[in-house]
Amino acid sequence: MTRPKLAVWKFASCDGCQLTLLDCEDELLALAEVVEISQFLEATSEIKDGPYDISLVEGSITTEHDHDRIRNVREQSHTLIAIGACATAGGIQALRNFADVDAFTNTVYANPDYIETLDKSTAIADHVKVDMELRGCPVSKSQLIELITATLAARKPHIPTVSQCVECKRAGTACVMVSKGIPCMGPVTQAGCGNLCPKIGRGCYGCFGPVEHANTDALTAEFAKLGLSDRQTSDKYRYFNAGADAFATAGESP
Amino acid sequence: MSAAPGEAYVISSPAPLIEALAAAGWRVIGPRESDGTISYEELWDPDDLPRGRSDDQEAGHYRLTDGRPDSWFDYVVGPQSWKKWLFPARRKLWSAEKTADGFQIDDRAEEYPKTAFFGVRPCEIAAIERQDAVFDNGDFTDTDYTRRRAATLIVAVQCARSAATCFCASMNTGPHADEGFDLALTELDPEGNHRFLLQIGSADGAALADTLPLRDATEDDKAAARLAASSAAAQQTRRLPADIAPRLKGKENHPGWQDVAEKCLHCANCTLACPTCFCSDVEDTNDLTGDNTERWRVWDSCFSVDFSYIHGGAVRQDPAARYRQWLTHKLSTWHDQFGSSGCVGCGRCIAWCPVGIDITEEAISIARDDG
Ligand code: SF4
Ligand code: SF4
Ligand code: SF4
Ligand code: SF4
Repeated sequence: MTRPKLAVWKFASCDGCQLTLLDCEDELLALAEVVEISQFLEATSEIKDGPYDISLVEGSITTEHDHDRIRNVREQSHTLIAIGACATAGGIQALRNFADVDAFTNTVYANPDYIETLDKSTAIADHVKVDMELRGCPVSKSQLIELITATLAARKPHIPTVSQCVECKRAGTACVMVSKGIPCMGPVTQAGCGNLCPKIGRGCYGCFGPVEHANTDALTAEFAKLGLSDRQTSDKYRYFNAGADAFATAGESP
Repeated sequence: MSAAPGEAYVISSPAPLIEALAAAGWRVIGPRESDGTISYEELWDPDDLPRGRSDDQEAGHYRLTDGRPDSWFDYVVGPQSWKKWLFPARRKLWSAEKTADGFQIDDRAEEYPKTAFFGVRPCEIAAIERQDAVFDNGDFTDTDYTRRRAATLIVAVQCARSAATCFCASMNTGPHADEGFDLALTELDPEGNHRFLLQIGSADGAALADTLPLRDATEDDKAAARLAASSAAAQQTRRLPADIAPRLKGKENHPGWQDVAEKCLHCANCTLACPTCFCSDVEDTNDLTGDNTERWRVWDSCFSVDFSYIHGGAVRQDPAARYRQWLTHKLSTWHDQFGSSGCVGCGRCIAWCPVGIDITEEAISIARDDG
């Protein structure tokens, strides 16, 4: 039986999501048995030609070259899955979307003339058709395996669309906003991390991006009651998913 | 002395009762301080109880505070309820394995040893009874729930204090329970003649009481317990009118739903903290080989968009429709469905709403005018 071909692609990103795949130690061997890993530079320098059945795409589009390359990846891929906050919302580098890119390059690089970059860091779906998106900074190991497993089984993956608050309640975590007065992004954030931060008494950072119908206005009002300045509130929306629509709007300082 | 249901005695401390439960082979679950709140976990020793602790609760606010140093039960209900033990947040329904000629199903139930719930408040007894009517009602039986329920003994603690979020008095579910328990304790005079009225509610309760150093309850003891209950009731400022259920009928298009939806995060905390909410989702998973599969049941909420997903999309897209579903189900349509209110006045949805939305205020405002 021929195994479906899996390719992993990198755009502007930190490699953390790809590393999540490498980190699936227990499942990696099983995965290699059911798919042919045809391109995965983090793991092997061996590259097999396309077309590919499943492409996992990490990273955002920040250059003209990226823009051309993602079209090429799309053409070679049957199913294209964008993984991580960079690929689904532009990543932390989307902070440039709210600033002057030239000012950044002039400050950071000795020879800014060598830098060719777009004004904005954007999600893969802004450039090509994406079949599925996996949120998170980084993506969750179990969601990644679930997505691949479901794709292979031709069934719908279980990727929660509920808020982080649902994870707190299912895990028995006492709400940090209510019991400690800590500002938390959970009510506007999609679940998926496994309740990492609230479980240890921290507010959610919003790694999995905005939940459907996120009511950021109501949360912003609550943050003000908890004593955050407008700037501090704006910064809460401007992390890894700063470029996601709901957070981008909410992050505009009043 | 041989105790019998309906009788009342006095004991000087709850500690021997916990020891007696353990000695009789009961797993004891009760209130413990954990991460700044009270949660219901296994008790190994009477000292595990959060003695001397109280709480400060308001809409969107909860803090543990110091209570009277010797008191055992100055705090009231916390973020969790007993439903997590009877109707767990995640439960494997079954798993299946591919075999040479088909598949093999494993639906063995998770172990649930005989369990004593220690410290069940009157509103929580009512909440358990509301869930009994949901999970075992003649038309439908959830056998996992009934199995757990049948193996559960209830040691109630009558409330001598209300939090600002409590409104059980107006729901007729507290602060004192007359029935629904095997044993019930009322803490009396923690700063003076400290003692506990012990009410016997069942034969199991009587058998346990017989192992304790009991003295007969005097009229003074019983009067002190009545006073504790009435002063707890008198502290309550929130309430719902008795006729709230019919008054919420026909209010589907009231503009108040949009007003509350603007404040509401639709985060689902209220439903999941509510001790009577019973909704769940079912998830199927399989492993990479495709040879093993599992079916899980997880808590869900009508605040989730996917909750109302039917072919083609979600029915309740509008956040106002989701808030309306929650409030009207709790306070009105629950009567049509199960013959009682879905709310027992515990106040959890008020305290644990991150933005402090108050179900009593919203219901009264929508029921009041014709909108
Ligand atoms: S801690 Fe955050 S995510 Fe958890 S329930 Fe509270 S607001 Fe929601
Ligand atoms: S009423 Fe409060 S707890 Fe309930 S969904 Fe709205 S914001 Fe969340
Ligand atoms: S609706 Fe609110 S007050 Fe009523 S039982 Fe549920 S959580 Fe308690
Ligand atoms: S209020 Fe919502 S979550 Fe609670 S039982 Fe009703 S439909 Fe279910």
